[in-house]
Amino acid sequence: MRLIWKEPLLLVSIIAIFYFLMIFVLFPLFMVFKTSLIVDKQFDLSNYLAIFSKKYYFQPFINSMILGVLAATAGTILGFVFAYAITRTPIPFKRFFRMTATFPIISPPFVIALAAILLFGRAGSLTPFISRIIGEYSIYGLGGLVLVETIAYGPIAFLVLYGVLQAIDPALEEAAMDLGASRARVFATVTLPLAVPGIASAWLLVFIESMADFGNPMVLSGNFRVLSVQAFLQITGMYDLSRGSTLAILLLVPTITAFFIQKYWVARKSYVTVTGQPTGATIKRLEWYIKLPTYAACILFTGIVFLFYGMLIWGSFQTLWGVDATLTLHNYVEMFQVGKDYIIDSLALSTLATPITGILGMFIAFLVIRKKFIGRATMEFVSMLTFAVPGTVVGIGYILAFNQRSALFPFVLTGTAWIITTLLIFRNMPVGIRSGIAALQQIDPSIEEASTDLGASSNKTFRKITLPMIAPAFFSGLAFSFVKAMTAISAIIFVVSGRWNLITVAILGFVDNSQYAQAAAMSLLLIVIVLIALSIIQILVGRIGKGARSVSIVN
Amino acid sequence: MRPDYLVLRSLVKVFGTGENIFTAVDNVNIEVQEGELVTLLGPSGCGKTTTLRMISGFEIPTSGEIFIDGEDVSTTPPNQRPTTMVFQNYALFPHLTVFENIAYGLKIRRDSKENIRKTAEKIMLLVGLEGLAERSPAQLSGGQQQRVSLARSLVMEPKVLLLDEPLSNLDAKLRVSTRLEIRKLQQRVGITSVYVTHDQEEAMTLSDRVVIMHQGKIMQIGTPQAIYAKPANRFVADFIGKANFLEGRIGSLASRNEIVLDIMGQKFQVLVQPGSFSEGARVFLVVRPESVNLEPKKPDTLTGTVQEAVYLGSQMVYEVDVAKNIITVEVANPQEHMVFKAGEEVTISFQGKSLHILPYEEAH
Repeated sequence: MRLIWKEPLLLVSIIAIFYFLMIFVLFPLFMVFKTSLIVDKQFDLSNYLAIFSKKYYFQPFINSMILGVLAATAGTILGFVFAYAITRTPIPFKRFFRMTATFPIISPPFVIALAAILLFGRAGSLTPFISRIIGEYSIYGLGGLVLVETIAYGPIAFLVLYGVLQAIDPALEEAAMDLGASRARVFATVTLPLAVPGIASAWLLVFIESMADFGNPMVLSGNFRVLSVQAFLQITGMYDLSRGSTLAILLLVPTITAFFIQKYWVARKSYVTVTGQPTGATIKRLEWYIKLPTYAACILFTGIVFLFYGMLIWGSFQTLWGVDATLTLHNYVEMFQVGKDYIIDSLALSTLATPITGILGMFIAFLVIRKKFIGRATMEFVSMLTFAVPGTVVGIGYILAFNQRSALFPFVLTGTAWIITTLLIFRNMPVGIRSGIAALQQIDPSIEEASTDLGASSNKTFRKITLPMIAPAFFSGLAFSFVKAMTAISAIIFVVSGRWNLITVAILGFVDNSQYAQAAAMSLLLIVIVLIALSIIQILVGRIGKGARSVSIVN
Repeated sequence: MRPDYLVLRSLVKVFGTGENIFTAVDNVNIEVQEGELVTLLGPSGCGKTTTLRMISGFEIPTSGEIFIDGEDVSTTPPNQRPTTMVFQNYALFPHLTVFENIAYGLKIRRDSKENIRKTAEKIMLLVGLEGLAERSPAQLSGGQQQRVSLARSLVMEPKVLLLDEPLSNLDAKLRVSTRLEIRKLQQRVGITSVYVTHDQEEAMTLSDRVVIMHQGKIMQIGTPQAIYAKPANRFVADFIGKANFLEGRIGSLASRNEIVLDIMGQKFQVLVQPGSFSEGARVFLVVRPESVNLEPKKPDTLTGTVQEAVYLGSQMVYEVDVAKNIITVEVANPQEHMVFKAGEEVTISFQGKSLHILPYEEAH
């Protein structure tokens, strides 16, 4: 504590960070909660008393839960099979499969729903064939949503389970086999039990993501009402802030519960620790009954990813989707004419927000790991909170909190670029903090001490030793927050305005008008921008971080 | 006691394809007697672990056969082989208790519950794990984990017990006491064992016989004494203990089994196998540092200059320059011997019986 007083600059920055966290994280959440308790300018519990009696609350809640559970289950199974194939079988082209499987993570999630419409919608390319087999069907609704959410968020389950399976020492499986267990028995008694905490983690994460998802259900839910979309419609369509806020709280409760179960309970039950260097993997002599289904699942899913994104490309060149299939470049021309401002705004605001997100995240990570002060745990907790809160809740919170002056914050932000930028910063900051913490924990303090011992000042030590070592993590944090900023929709859609608008919102607008070809063209442009940005950052990391590994998109 | 209980015949293992092929094990032949403990010893990358993994079934030989108790198991999957392995990092199942770990194989074998309990308890008593049955592996010390791993393998009563550097994760003191325990246990149970290590001291104390491997090939098979006293080639001599190498020439055959050696102009009479060397042949001589005697310089002897003298308490270690050959000399119990200083001129000598002669070509 005494140390803090000796470093007034540090003290000031800690206080400033706490102030910002309070204003931009806690205050909006508080406003959502407060608004849900106010009906006709009166304090009133009726919204909550009506949760189980009024269908407009109850039905979306049940629907969202069903969607979350189904998508989480399907996504986790898919992710597990994929992770098993890549870590435990000699499947060829591992890099290719891994890259394809994780591709949906860096693309805006709702493009999957868009591709689903192009493939299976009323004028979908595959619709005639499928209806011949299964009869009349509609992609709009629960079935279509589960499909789309599984493709969009299954990759998250894959990444979690890939890490878990890779960390399970193959010697354990060898030991089981050595003691007489068959391959199936090894799987049932060793691999699976050890992966259970990881499976639970993956399930909960996909549950959170697909329940909180806004873009895909907005495009594809049809009459199947889910919380995120209903909250949006109540607020922007009916101007009913109170009801919208209540729906947001209904959305917040299960997702945040799942987040805390995942973070504080499941993570603690994990057996998986890296025990030295794993010996050769046990992938010799794999029986066909393991190879066949895992390989088939990998090929199938990869095929689906290619089909969906290929459909976007194909669709973007059609004159009028479902009516005129003549190939044309007109959509791209129109996209640039109509969408120029959106593109510029998106690029400008994301480029502004990204470095701030990165530096702030790294600074908070540095404070949390290397400094001791009262409220350190609180700082970490609050700054990670936005990660667990659905975008819809954050978005509603921001319009409630910043459309008027308050005692805490004497500016009106609604309608400005600042509300979008701050939202992007605070929403993506947990990524920066997490990669920063991971990087700093890897650096043994004795490395810094060695530098000081050899005569470097602490300033020089930071520049010459610490900075180069955390640079790769810093840049991968940057990469990820840029991707998130460019592809954000659920929170952003509440705070965009006539003056400041973003690509993702424009794409959603095209979809709303059934201009699927233009929507596809613009989605592709967005994907290309994201890929270019990622390669630039990758090259930068290659230059700066000597010996550092390449940027990992997902922490 | 079958002399050929475990047989490795012309065993070859090649990794990789095309340009990047690597022969990890190159024509290995070993016969292990029933109840014997044989150590595979060699530097890392010599093929010892690959050989062990072929015996356990985790690697399939590129060519050659493996027989256990007369049965060809070369391609039998590991779960159907009568072998069990003690892994280097123990590979204890972290989600099972000590008891469940030990009972794992018995359960797979579908022993009765009662039988499993009895057998497991007996083995836990044998290795000294009583009272720890309900602990999880994470709650055990390194030495205890090692014993669980050993118990888990022993309880299966395998025909061959395989140990893959089982002591390398223990600290130095525990390693010494544990290796004695393993040896006693192995002899008490009478189990045929193959033990892999890169630690020569471990190999010497534990083994009935040692197999020295280098670059996938067997350099020598023999008892610890034979390997130390009569290394088959320069690699073995250098790898096991410290060795001085001197060039010499067979001067004349004194009798049928005695030759006169010429080492840097000095003559030594040495007993050899009859007919093993011809007159005038160039040879390499292996002399262990402890077999060399130092005296103050005398005329008509092999002389040199002390380059370094290091006092180690229980012994004195010298480096002596003898006509540009550096000879290492260890003198035990320095209190009872004359101590020389760097720069002093000395006479070195050794007895004929502590010289080991290698044909010139074996040494290169």
